[in-house]
Amino acid sequence: MHEGVRGNVLLAIAIMGMVTVALRLGGFFLMRYVPVTPRVRRMLDALPGSVIAAAVLPVAIQGGTVAVAAIAAAILVMALSRNDVVAVLAGVGIAALLRLQGWS
Amino acid sequence: MMLPDQTPPVSETADETAPARPYFSCAGLRDGALAMSAVILSQSAFGFVFGTLAAQKALSLTEAVIMSGVVYAGLSQVVGLQNWPHDFTAATLVPLALATATVNLRFFLMSLTFRPWFGALPAWQAYPTLFFTTDAGWLRAMRYREAGGNDVGFFLGSGLLLYASWLLSTALGHAFSTWLADPKAFGLDLLIPAFFAALLIPAWRGARRAVPWLVAGLVALAVQFLVQGYWYIIAGAISGALVAGLDRDA
Repeated sequence: MHEGVRGNVLLAIAIMGMVTVALRLGGFFLMRYVPVTPRVRRMLDALPGSVIAAAVLPVAIQGGTVAVAAIAAAILVMALSRNDVVAVLAGVGIAALLRLQGWS
Repeated sequence: MMLPDQTPPVSETADETAPARPYFSCAGLRDGALAMSAVILSQSAFGFVFGTLAAQKALSLTEAVIMSGVVYAGLSQVVGLQNWPHDFTAATLVPLALATATVNLRFFLMSLTFRPWFGALPAWQAYPTLFFTTDAGWLRAMRYREAGGNDVGFFLGSGLLLYASWLLSTALGHAFSTWLADPKAFGLDLLIPAFFAALLIPAWRGARRAVPWLVAGLVALAVQFLVQGYWYIIAGAISGALVAGLDRDA
């Protein structure tokens, strides 16, 4: 293992960083030129829930019993407690317990 | 942390911008940081994993921390390392850029949604704030916004805390790369999915408004089976937004 910083590594990092910054700032910039009509507003409002569903459902299906149990527990506890810390701890706790029991 | 929002008594038309101007406050910074308390554990575990992976790929500690500070997007950093070039030529750097763009395309969608909120800020405040966009910070900020919040400090506070812990956990993961216990044993790999799923509850506005979510989930599932890589998130998210746009009377 070497110390310090190599130029070509910095170049690769800079490229990854520029791509990511462009995406982080680009949508906001673009929306300067898009009037926020009621329809556009509905589409924007649907994005958080849609991103969640698109990110979580495949994880749940591929993750098997443990993933489904953890996600279901988090949703259930959130509905009851309205506290995201408690909900997340419940989900993670269920997953840890099930794995301790040999589930996958 | 929730502002006493004067809700218009009659109909709140969807194209109305929020009544008050966006602002920054110290209380908002603090509340935003506190709102990430459920997330910081898993993010740190992820940062530790990234630091360890970087050490295995022979990146120096400084290089690993620079990557975390400049890119600040965990999944794309791991994917980047997995496709790390042996020689740095256009033929290897272009695929690296494309892989990064694919994994991080969702930030573009998130960025869109900040326009109605940050639009009234001066550009020198809005754009640097957007640098700190993360999945968890964005989702939590959108919930805060929907509850009537207008304090950009809330979003920045969550972002700054996650940024600091991301750099720290990267450094620790690199320095103690032989220590890594199995984060899966503690269920930490499911912490972020659990956090996301929990945020669906406060976002719930009846079954009709959830139809786009269902479509998003199903499209993501189908795309994940059909296409390699991380296209499924973006495909699902765009499908959900399109369905919401089609619904005329929502």
